[in-house]
This record gives sequence, structure tokens and C-alpha cells, in this order.
Amino acid sequence: MDIHVVYYLVVSTIMLFAGIYGFFTRKNLLAVLISVELILNATNINFAVFNRYLFPDVFEGHFFALFGIGIAAAETAVAIAIIINIYRNIRNIQTDNIDELKG
Amino acid sequence: MDFNYTILILLLPMLSFLVLGLAGMRMKHKVAGAIGTTVLGIVAVLSYLTAYLYFSGGRSADGTFAKLMPWNFEWLPFTTNLHIDMGILLDPISVMMLIVISTVSLMVHIYSFGYMKGEVGFQRYYAFLSLFSFSMLGLVVATNIFQMYVFWELVGVSSYLLIGFYYTKPEAIAASKKAFIVTRFADLGFLIGILIYGYYAGTFTFEPEQQLLIAAGGMIPWALGLMFVGGAGKSAMFPLHIWLPDAMEGPTPVSALIHAATMVVAGVYLVARMFPIFIVYAPEVLHWIAYLGVLTAFYAAAVACVQTDIKRVLAFSTISQIAFMVVALGVCIGADTHEGLGYMAGMFHLFTHAMFKALLFLGAGAIIHAVHSNEMSAMGGLRKYMPITHITFLIACLAIAGIPPFSGFFSKDEILAACFQFSPVVGWMMSLIAGMTAFYMFRLYYGIFWGKENKELHAHHTPHEAPVSMSFPLIFLAAVTCVAGFIPFGHFVSSNGQSYDIHLDAQVAITSVCIAIVAIALATIMYLKEQQPIADRLAATFKTLHRAAYRRFYMDEIWMFVTKKIIFRCISTPLAWWDRHVIDQFFNFSAWSAQAAADEVRGMQSGRIQTYCIWFLAGALVFTLMLLLI
Amino acid sequence: MDITLQQTVFYVVAILMSVFSVMTVTTGSILRAATYLLFVLFGTAAMYFILGYTFLGAVQLMVYAGGIVVLYVFSILLTNSDKSINLKIGRSKLVAALFTIIIGAALVLFLIWTNGFALNVIPDSGEIAMREIGHALISSDKYGYVLPFEVAGVLLLACMIGGLLIARKR
Repeated sequence: MDIHVVYYLVVSTIMLFAGIYGFFTRKNLLAVLISVELILNATNINFAVFNRYLFPDVFEGHFFALFGIGIAAAETAVAIAIIINIYRNIRNIQTDNIDELKG
Repeated sequence: MDFNYTILILLLPMLSFLVLGLAGMRMKHKVAGAIGTTVLGIVAVLSYLTAYLYFSGGRSADGTFAKLMPWNFEWLPFTTNLHIDMGILLDPISVMMLIVISTVSLMVHIYSFGYMKGEVGFQRYYAFLSLFSFSMLGLVVATNIFQMYVFWELVGVSSYLLIGFYYTKPEAIAASKKAFIVTRFADLGFLIGILIYGYYAGTFTFEPEQQLLIAAGGMIPWALGLMFVGGAGKSAMFPLHIWLPDAMEGPTPVSALIHAATMVVAGVYLVARMFPIFIVYAPEVLHWIAYLGVLTAFYAAAVACVQTDIKRVLAFSTISQIAFMVVALGVCIGADTHEGLGYMAGMFHLFTHAMFKALLFLGAGAIIHAVHSNEMSAMGGLRKYMPITHITFLIACLAIAGIPPFSGFFSKDEILAACFQFSPVVGWMMSLIAGMTAFYMFRLYYGIFWGKENKELHAHHTPHEAPVSMSFPLIFLAAVTCVAGFIPFGHFVSSNGQSYDIHLDAQVAITSVCIAIVAIALATIMYLKEQQPIADRLAATFKTLHRAAYRRFYMDEIWMFVTKKIIFRCISTPLAWWDRHVIDQFFNFSAWSAQAAADEVRGMQSGRIQTYCIWFLAGALVFTLMLLLI
Repeated sequence: MDITLQQTVFYVVAILMSVFSVMTVTTGSILRAATYLLFVLFGTAAMYFILGYTFLGAVQLMVYAGGIVVLYVFSILLTNSDKSINLKIGRSKLVAALFTIIIGAALVLFLIWTNGFALNVIPDSGEIAMREIGHALISSDKYGYVLPFEVAGVLLLACMIGGLLIARKR
């Protein structure tokens, strides 16, 4: 049980920036959403790790991660509903093609 | 005594203007005219009541009439000391002006019923007359110089509107623009004068603190002189007189009201209003004003002798007579009743002149109404057709010529006496000009009512006497002209407010009457008959002079030369070049650079959220780096 | 050189997670991306287990791996989006994104390294008792989470209704 805290953080950083990279470069809305899941997971890991290493007597980070998972699920559900609706309307879910609301 | 009701004198014409201006076009002509006239009638009654109450109210302990301010409220506060007020000031000259304005205005309102009958824009005409009455009344009761300025400009605007009443006539438009521009140009001087005065005196009222004026020293004469520039513009003093003859393009009753009796004496009124300061702090300016007045009087009289358009003759006569008043004010050498005789004389002449000059203009209007022409050649022998106009016109001519017992004699005599008191040269000059006045007025009189009848013009349209609405004002004003001279004017108005008995200076009176009679006789010899050999021969002998006088000594051409050739070409053109090529180009450049920069920036505004996010993250990183490194 | 089993497992999981998360965003097929995401989520659950948060790990497995990824797979198949994932993005955009990512990652890693986390040993408290978690979740005392719990419930309900409303056929 002597894994340095920094290792966890390195893993979560790699996940975070991989997610950001995907968010920047993906053209498919679902792929973008997958990248967002990576980002959210990286944060959740950080919550849990900091809770465990720095404040082992309380469970704030733990519950934060728990609620984070719940909210991520909610976000995914709504986002996928929207994407499916868009797909129904324009037969396409490319980020470049969604400009109906643009002035 | 309570003078609170005097606010109605201002508010009623204003109200009438609003009603007629906004709703007038939906009214019948008669209704609109009746509204305007009734309002003016009420105003006149209120003015007479005010005058009666004011002058019967008795004098204060030092023998002057008290200055009353029934209304005065702060309009624009600048500092605790310097603020612009609006209000009503009652003192002898403002009450006197109230009477003059309301009387003449009422007469003109009645007269216009006949004169303007059936004209397009009849309601508009009455609306403008109401506006003018409102502004002129506001001008004379001003409690401070700035209120006076505000109403001064309003008067200018209404004058502009009325001169250009026949806005389909190019001459009328040109004349109205000319009047407006010339007087505006002069008003610039007025405004600068007011600002200098306000800065040094620390107030806009007419009674600043003595110490401040003394401390201001040399600036007060400048301020007063500049104010007089504005007055000279309004009162058509040489060389700013050029607008007044052209202003005759307006309807004749307007000429009677604005360009003979009331507005053009605003300059005189201004000098009279500032007189207590003038006489103490800037007597030399006052005397320069007098010299300018002599020049103007002489110039205008000389031009009037050869004009053939009867309204032009009357216009130049007006310029000349206003110059008389200005001279009268200018020749005062002290503030007490004797040394300041000219003040009383000038105001007296203002009063009498307003009446008989309005009468002359209204008479001329009746004549023009009858023969449909302004030119003397279209007239002649009209005395048979228009007896009332003839008699009243004659009375006015006698009054302006200075024949007793008509009013002009008394006031002009006082002016001449004041001039002789100042300097014999000025006195003799003014006597000569008075003689010229008599000459040209009777030339006009004979040209209209005697002399050769223009048969072919009368063949299909016999001239007839004007309707009652037009002849009543003539008779009324003629009656006033007959009796106004016997008003003990010195009791009411004098330079320091003390009562003053007018006593005729026998020497001056006899001289001036003799000169007038000689001039009238000369005019009778030259112009009474159908053939006018002497006049024609004189005109032929002094051809150049006659021509020059007929062309008003080329003053208009000189002004055109100054403005077009000198100001436009030497100042305006380079300025325009600078404006177009430097200032405009500078702004063009800034607009172009903004556009070019925007064009560059526009590329970033792709509407793609992912690109924005890259920028966002980059920005966040830059800030983090800054936090780390600093 | 006494590497414990836990350490071995951690390093293996860490390396797998890093590799799969990078592959998730670089792969050309979206179904593969979803699969790699699933692996990453498994790895995350493993992390939680290693940390002793077994309940959290279980939730992660159930919600993410069991629920969300399945949702993704369904929607990928529904929207026929496998063809469009390979669309090339602009070179300048790619360069800009990479540049920002590398700078950002370097910055964050630098901060982590230099922060000086001294605690490299987990206090041996073992796993949290389920009873404790349950009590905390519905307790209204200090460190009680009944309010967020209820709010999350409402949120999920709202999402469910909203998702249905948005996605239904008109």
C-alpha cells in the first residue's frame, strides 16, 4: 500500500488531456461526448484520490465522485437524446453542420 | 400691489400659438383669426391695466417708480451666483413697451382680417403672429440679459417665419434667409457680450454689484459694445441694415408689426435697458453708438429719397427713425434727468414712432391691397378713391415730418434738443436729416395720392377704400398719433426714474419746424404736379449719385463682395479643403483601419465552438503561466 | 525490490488506462472508441478498488460500464455515425490543439511534481463499510448527504423525462 499519490494524478492528467484533445479534434458529436466522459472520469479519480490520501477520515471526495457519476449519467442521457433528435432532423451529427441557431 | 396676473400676458399668446399652430389647419379662417385677435385683445387689456396700476401705484421715496418682479424663477443654475432666471420685470420702459407691442399687435391682428382674407395659410399666419407677440412681450419683460437673449432669438425666428410666409416666392425665401443670417451673425456679438458680461459681473441681471463692474474695468465697455452689435443687427444699424429692406417681402401687416414698430426697436430697447451701466462704465461706447446712429440715419434718409417701391421707402425711413432713437440714447452725457434727456427722448420717439410707422405701413398695405402693386408708378391720384387711407396717411406723414401738434414733433424735438446739448454738429446733422425725412415722406405722399393717375391700370379695376377691418386700425392709430404727443412722457420714463417735465426748447422747435416746412414745400413743388420737371432734371444732373442712392449705395453689393469674394474664397475655401482632405481623411483612415482590423478578426469568429475552446484553453494556460512566473 | 501485488496491479492498470484513453480519442472507428472508453472506465473502477472505495468502484461499473457505454453503443448504431468519424480536420487546427494540449499537460504535470505531496502511504483504514455509506447518504446531520441525494434523484427524473421528450418522434 505505498503507491505514491502522484502516480494516480499522472494517470488522471493523461486522461484529462486526452479528453480535451478529443473534444477539440473530433467532428462527430458522439465522439465529442465520449471525450467528455474521459474528462469527467479524470476528475472523479482526482476526487477519490485526494479524499483517500489527504483526508482519510471523511468521505467528501468519495461522495463527490459518487454524485459526479450520477450527474454524468444524467448529462449523457440528455445529450444523447439531443443528438438523436438532431440526427433525425438533419440526418447528420457533424459539429460543422449544426449551425441552425447561428445568426 | 399684486401683479401676478402679468404672467398671462406671456402665456396667452403662447397658448394661442400652440392652439393655432397645432389645430389651426382644421379651423375655418375666421375662427383662427378670431382666436388670435381675441387673445391679443385680452393681452392688450391686461397691458393697459398693468400700465394703469403700475403708474398709479405711486413713486417710492426717492421719486422713482419701483422695479417689480412679480415672477422670477431659476431656470438654469450654473453656480450659486451665476444662474439664468426667467421672469417678469416691470419697470417704466418695460410697461411702456408692453403698451406699444400689445396695441400695435392688436391693430395688426384686426387689420390682417381684411388684408389676409382668403390667403392660403391664414391660420398659420395668425399662429406666427401669436408666436411673435409672445416672444416680443417676453423680450421686453426679461428680468435678465439671458432671458432677453432667449426671447431675442425667438423674435428672430418668428420674424424669419413671417418674412418667408409666402414660401413659394423665391424672393421671400431669400429675404427671410437674409434676415435670419444677418441678425444671427450680429447675435453672435450679442452672445459673446453676454458671456463677457456674465463672467465679469458674476450675474446676468441688469443690476450687478458695483465693485465687480469696477474690478472688471476695461472689459465692460467691450461687453456692452458687443451687445450693441446684436442690437445693431436687430435694429438694422449701418452696415447691418441690409436685411430690413428685403424683409418687406413679407405680408405688409407683418412689416408694420415686426419691421417697423416692435422687433426692430429691440436694439434700442437693449441699449435703454443697459443704459445705467452704459452711462457709468462705457460712456465713450455710447457716443460711438451715437455717431453710428447719425451715419445710419443720414444714409437711410438719402436712400429713401429715391426709392420707388413704397414699402422700401418706408423701410429706409424706419432705419432712419430707429437711428434717431439710437442717437438720442447715445448722446446722453449723464444719468440725471437733464443730462440724460436723450434717454427719455429716445423712448418717447420709440413710442410715437411705433404708432405712426405702424400706421404708415398699414396705410401702405391698404394702398397695395387696392392697386396690387408696390411701385409708386402704379399709384398716383388715389386721394379720390381712398379718403380714409389718404387722411390717416397724411397725419402719419405730418407726424414723422415733425409738424406740431402731431406726436412725432414732440419726440423728435426732444431728440434734437438732446443732440444740441451734446454737440452742435450732431444737432445740425440731425436737423438736416429730419428735414430729409419730411422731404422723402412727402415725396411718397404726393407720389401715392397726388400726381399722375395711372389710368390704364385703373381701367379694369378701380381702387376702392379698404374694408372696415382695415380702416379701423388706421383710424385708431391716427387718433393715437394725434394725441400721443401730449402725453407727459417724462413723468413716466426718464433716465434715472425721476419725474421730468418736458419743456419745448423754443429755438430747437422753431428751427426744426422751419426745416420741415421748407422740406415739405420743396417736395410739394417737385412732386405735387403730374409732370415733375425739377425732380427729373435733378436726377439727370446727378445721375451717378441718383443711381448710387437708388442702388442703396451698393451696400448689398459690398456685402456680397465681402462674403463671397473675401470670406468664402480666402477663409472658407481653405477651411473646406482642410476639412475634406485632412479631417475627413483622418476619419476615413480610422474607419478603414477599423474595418481592416475587423476583417482580420472576423476569421476568428468562425462560430465553431471547438475552435473557441482551443482559444479558451490557451488563454487559461497563459493566465496560469503568468501566475506561475510572476 | 519488494513490489507488492497491489503495486503491480496499479501500474498495469495505470498504463492500460493511459494507453486506452489516448486511443479512445485517436482511433478511426467510433465503435472502437466506445470500446476503449469502456476499458478506461473499467480501469477507473479498478483504481477505486485499489483505493479501498469498493462501493464507488461498483457504482462506476454499474452506471458507466453497464449503463452509459451501452447507451453510447446504441446511439452510435442509431445515428449511423461510423462513417463520419474519419473526416479530416484542418492541419492548423490539429497543430493548435496538439500544441495547447502538450503545453497544458506539461504545465499540470509540472505542478503535480513540484507540489511536494509527501503522503505516499494510504492510512490503513481498509474499505469503507456499506452501512457507513448508507447512513451518510440519508443522514441530514453534518457530513450527511440527504439533500444532494434527493436533488440527484430529482435531476435524474428530470433527465429521464427530458430525454424522452427531446428524443421522441413528432
